Amino acid sequence: MSISQTSGGVVPNGSGAAAILAAGIGSGALGVFALTNDAFPAANHFFTFYTPTGGLSGVTTCAIVVWLVAWFVLARRWSGKMVAMAGVNLVAFLLLAVGMLLTFPPVMDLIQGK
Amino acid sequence: MEISFRDLMTVLHGMGFGALFMLAFSGAIAELYRMSAPGAPVQPSAREQTLLNLYLAAMVVLAWAAVFSGAYLVYPWYRAVPPAGTTDLADYPKFLLTSSPHTSGWHSLGMEWKEHVAWLAPIAMTMVAYVFAKYGPAITKHRQMRSAVLAFAVVAFVATGVAGAFGAFLNKYAPVRGGATITIVSGEHEG
Repeated sequence: MSISQTSGGVVPNGSGAAAILAAGIGSGALGVFALTNDAFPAANHFFTFYTPTGGLSGVTTCAIVVWLVAWFVLARRWSGKMVAMAGVNLVAFLLLAVGMLLTFPPVMDLIQGK
Repeated sequence: MEISFRDLMTVLHGMGFGALFMLAFSGAIAELYRMSAPGAPVQPSAREQTLLNLYLAAMVVLAWAAVFSGAYLVYPWYRAVPPAGTTDLADYPKFLLTSSPHTSGWHSLGMEWKEHVAWLAPIAMTMVAYVFAKYGPAITKHRQMRSAVLAFAVVAFVATGVAGAFGAFLNKYAPVRGGATITIVSGEHEG
């Protein structure tokens, strides 16, 4: 993704791009963690941060942490800059699709060969 | 007229937070599109922009309240494990559903999907609210950013719809019940 300092009178899109890509990263992480939690008993044990809620507690907490850390890092790098939004959108949408698909039980089962 | 504590919390989660969040979507998506569409006929005033920011912030709060109340209040009651030898599974919704092949799909598809996909909504809506608060009407100058924000808002709407619909069905087939009984209104005997 190309980045430039000049904005030509337009409000730089870097902050917005960081928020959009981070939301995609958080969504993708949610899907990957959900699948991992479902597929591996050791992962389920790891993700059980709060026993009454089970693995869901760790899956969602970790996804939120990944999302916020990604947002913080990207915002620091891109704030006040112009970013190529086409690339940001493409990656964000792909990660959002990963999040949607990997939280859909039939897809989870298909990947695990159930 | 009575309601159990768990019923009340389930209603708060589903109707108080989830349904209110869902209802807010129609207004939000229409307003986001209207304000950010290229060539929008009227630029919003500062007051209108502030109102939209507050509206979106309220949606973000509702979205997070819905998923946290669901995961940490209602879900533990739903997945509670019955003691060995229990034959009446009415207080153990997950095991009630999975005890029959006619209802097990409500858990294996419905709950398993709902419990995860719902979390996409608050993540997406937090981003949407932030971008609109940050850029306001200037977002019209960033066509691709506007497209991404609207797409994420639509996905949040779909995710909430899936979670809400399955939540309603699950509560129909295996309601979360129990806890202290709360009397709302004392009824009268009818002869």
